[in-house]
Amino acid sequence: MHNIFALSAQLQIGNTATPEAVQFWILAPLAVLAALGMLLVKKAVHSALLLAWVMVTLAIFYIAQGALFLGIVQVVVYTGAVMMLFLFILMLVGVDSSDSLVENIKGQRPAAITAAIGIAGLLLSLIGRATLNHPATGVESINANGNVQGLANELFTKYVWAFEVVSALLITAALGAMVLAHSQKVKSRTSQRDLSIARFRGDSLATAAGLPGSGIYALHNAVDVPALGPDGLPAQASVSRVLEARGDMISSTPFELNKIEEEEK
Amino acid sequence: MSTVELIGADPGWLIAVKGVLIFVICVVATLLSIWAERRIVARMQVRVGPNRVGKFGLLQSLADGVKLALKEDLIPKAADRIVFVIAPIISATTCFMAFAVIPMTGKVHLFGHTTAMQLTDLPVGVLYVLAIASVGVYGIVLAGWSSGSTYPLLGGLRSSAQVISYEVAMGLSLVAVFIYSGSMSTSAIIDAQDKWWFGVVLFPSFIIYVISMVGETNRAPFDLAEAEGELVGGFHTEYSSLKFALFFLAEYVNMVSVSALATTLFLGGYHALPGLGFTEAWLGGWFTLVWFFAKVILFFFLFVWLRGTLPRLRYDQFMQFGWKVLIPVSLLWIMIVSTLRVLSQQGASRFVIVAFTFGVLLLIFSATSLFERNKEKTKKENAESLKAFPAPSFPVPSLTGSINNGTEEIHG
Repeated sequence: MHNIFALSAQLQIGNTATPEAVQFWILAPLAVLAALGMLLVKKAVHSALLLAWVMVTLAIFYIAQGALFLGIVQVVVYTGAVMMLFLFILMLVGVDSSDSLVENIKGQRPAAITAAIGIAGLLLSLIGRATLNHPATGVESINANGNVQGLANELFTKYVWAFEVVSALLITAALGAMVLAHSQKVKSRTSQRDLSIARFRGDSLATAAGLPGSGIYALHNAVDVPALGPDGLPAQASVSRVLEARGDMISSTPFELNKIEEEEK
Repeated sequence: MSTVELIGADPGWLIAVKGVLIFVICVVATLLSIWAERRIVARMQVRVGPNRVGKFGLLQSLADGVKLALKEDLIPKAADRIVFVIAPIISATTCFMAFAVIPMTGKVHLFGHTTAMQLTDLPVGVLYVLAIASVGVYGIVLAGWSSGSTYPLLGGLRSSAQVISYEVAMGLSLVAVFIYSGSMSTSAIIDAQDKWWFGVVLFPSFIIYVISMVGETNRAPFDLAEAEGELVGGFHTEYSSLKFALFFLAEYVNMVSVSALATTLFLGGYHALPGLGFTEAWLGGWFTLVWFFAKVILFFFLFVWLRGTLPRLRYDQFMQFGWKVLIPVSLLWIMIVSTLRVLSQQGASRFVIVAFTFGVLLLIFSATSLFERNKEKTKKENAESLKAFPAPSFPVPSLTGSINNGTEEIHG
């Protein structure tokens, strides 16, 4: 930890400390390559992975520059939670599905372009301030009382209003997502209890202990051979309905037990 | 001198030595813990367990490891080759990284330097462990996806959902510790526990952490990601040879590191049991290592005990427990803890604090008694609703003395 603070103390605009320069020239090209790759690769999961890599390199840069808390939180929130949700959805949707290119919300394009211009302006002004030797507060003065404490002080005193507004926005978004995803149930879900009652208080107790397994009491235990009941008749319920519909069921008569008994006699 | 300054003065080679030591400790711990788990579970199931290779079968896991490494390495045709290879590597590397911030001893002498057995001391050390754990999940999820078959995919999906939900509860359980210790650094948290362990002061947080740590490491009864009975091993179904060994290694190292974190946060870390503080100076401070590992082994035994005792949870019950019990309870607990903390910091009189605690207890008791009454009511209603159905009659063996009664009631 000390090394990082010492490093950030040496760090000044225009003369970057050597270890940081080495680290930057190794990681930055990798990050740029990964970012380009994210746009160019075919599979959605690969591009999600490359994005995760970009986020991790960004976190390393933050840490190297003395913003330790920001770096770690970047990994926890973006790589750990947001990208994981992305992956989750990509896996649920399936690999082969292609994106639908129909725009069903109007005015999304101009809104996106406006937002992009806004962010570009912000970034440009920040980079400009840093490179044109605009007097800036150094990292060391901000980190004087510890990185986390300094950040907490800013967030909960000077920016507390902005903080609350953002959290209200996030809660609204989460509620909106819940409302959109919620569907009214027409009838209540059958619970394990209901199923159990239906099994035992129904007409017959034949399936109370579950369906019979395939092949039981026959001389063949493959999944496509029906079990034999105590009466010697094949139990149709013991074979999967899919196999039955496909016509893949084998008759169990050639495997009946009494045959062997006769042979032995 | 604080731990930060101690470690900050380490020369480069000492840092390298410590890194290697951590690696060795983790690998040896894995070998021993696999053996210990098999022996303990065997004892719980009235079996003997592995006892052939070496004294008491101690070398069994080493032999298994060699066998695994020499097996044929298969990559399925449908697999995504690059991701399939990367996944076990992510799993195995991240699990070692978490150990870097765990303090294993107090001040000790190592090769003529005064230092502490801790690789680095970040001011946000505990958050760092959470971050590493969340990257580690990528290993499981990607393994599930890249295998190109159904069971691994289901295992990967389950695991990602599981970890996202249980990481929230885990993070919330840590908040109370941060509030009480005033720091997120592991060494500062241990220093804050010199009087009372947080496992005692913040008991609910401790319980929530222990539950979510089992969920986080995919161990029974929360091992839905690799449920053998349902998913044939889940995310690692298609893996063989060294790649499978890496997952195996990752699972056990993860267990050791979450246990070590639990020790650090709630059981005073490397400190001795209360009243045995004089032992900490033995062997030039190295005796604290014994205390540290004794506590870690305690958690490890808990893991094994759970595995030997509890059946796997059903998926919806598991999710319900995470979201509807663990998270609300920890939120409520954080509110109580922070109120108490602010009260004591603002110099409120003892009477106010006691009154507040009493009020909270009263509220909890009334809520639980209401809940119990509700439960009894639903129980009664359920019994009423059952009367609508005719009672079934089951085949029963005939009683002695009345021979012909038994078979009459056979249904179905």
